[in-house]
Amino acid sequence: MLGKKEIAQRIAQELQNGWYVNLGIGIPTLVANFVPAGITVEFQSENGILGMGPFPFDGEEDADLINAGKQTVTLQAGASIFDSATSFAMIRGQHVQLTVLGAMEVAENGDIANWKIPGRMVKGMGGAMDLVASAENIIVAMMHTNKKGESKLLKQCSLPLTGVGCVTKVVTNLAVMEIKDGAFHLLERAPGVSVDEIKAATEGSLIVDGDIPEMTFD
Amino acid sequence: MNKVVGNAQEAIQGVKDGMTFMLGGFGLCGIPENAISALRDSAVKNITCISNNAGVDDFGLGLLLQTKQIKKMVSSYVGENDEFERQMLSGELEVDLIPQGSLAERCRAGGAGIPAFFTPAGYGTEVAEGKEVRDFNGKPHVLELALTADFAFVKAWKGDRAGNLIFKSTARNFNPLMAMAGKITVAEVEELVPEGELDPNFIHTPGIFVQRIFEGKNYEKRIEQKTVRSR
Repeated sequence: MLGKKEIAQRIAQELQNGWYVNLGIGIPTLVANFVPAGITVEFQSENGILGMGPFPFDGEEDADLINAGKQTVTLQAGASIFDSATSFAMIRGQHVQLTVLGAMEVAENGDIANWKIPGRMVKGMGGAMDLVASAENIIVAMMHTNKKGESKLLKQCSLPLTGVGCVTKVVTNLAVMEIKDGAFHLLERAPGVSVDEIKAATEGSLIVDGDIPEMTFD
Repeated sequence: MNKVVGNAQEAIQGVKDGMTFMLGGFGLCGIPENAISALRDSAVKNITCISNNAGVDDFGLGLLLQTKQIKKMVSSYVGENDEFERQMLSGELEVDLIPQGSLAERCRAGGAGIPAFFTPAGYGTEVAEGKEVRDFNGKPHVLELALTADFAFVKAWKGDRAGNLIFKSTARNFNPLMAMAGKITVAEVEELVPEGELDPNFIHTPGIFVQRIFEGKNYEKRIEQKTVRSR
């Protein structure tokens, strides 16, 4: 079974040279720590940064320089700053090649829910609805089940949707799955996790085609 | 042209109960701290605030929530404010949650004379309920209307007496868009300079969008999530 860091590390293997990448809050943010050697990407933060760097050294933080999670960050050489409309022009205009975000639920048709639990929790969608409606390559990073042990990979989302039919891949603590033709297609297992365990934790249709390899980490 | 006013109190002259205000900022970054304090002191009430976030309990727009001056919030993300969540879930506060990119573009459109536009964001979700949907290039899009405000309150790094503004780092965010969409736009700046001091090549917001400008005081610039790495 993977921890949050390993989920991020596995997603980082998807990065391709020259990509602009938007990382959501939580596990997705960690992806920046695992960019494979020889790969150059630029991270976009929807509050107005292209070329976001690591957290600042203690004492060097700048209240005027934060990421979309309101964390203090730095800029890399060659970075640029812009207003929120320009930022979402990049996103809506499909200039960003990969979006990684968290979710409360993902459905077998690619629907995603991650912004609201009616009557209980309303934080808002932030930029998630714009991101999922526009990006062609959307990876969800999340735990396979919720705190009660219930599957988060469903036939149909029960929570209010963030976007419809948009998620292309899901990486969880148990597995890597691709979403196509209305089903989760199992691609890789986490080390030590069996196909049966993944099946048991997946409510939506799970297609298992042939031998499923374990994930590898360098 | 000289648009300078003496202070925040002077700058908010004319605000009335029931008005709609835009307030720049992302989280607590780039918020008009001086204007928010002046609005609190003015006791203006039943206001609608268009702002990406709602501050935290004791800072930013949280100050106007504490005093129950806000009737309605139009935002994209409000997760950092317990008082906000309490007022919303209890029905005391009206809330319109809007996808962040749509919120930014609606402000920009309001200032640019574009009454509405189609966006893919929110299609198939409750955000699209009651809105016109139309297919373009084989993909459904939702009609979103432009936003304007009686007053827009923005915060810049430097400004000149003519209202030209330069923002610093990610404190830019919604500020330039809201500056365009205010019937009266009030800019507060950390440093106010005479005309000619700012290089025209590096102006972010041209002075035409700003009606009043003043040098703000005592900026706290609170950091919401201080994150650092070890040396």
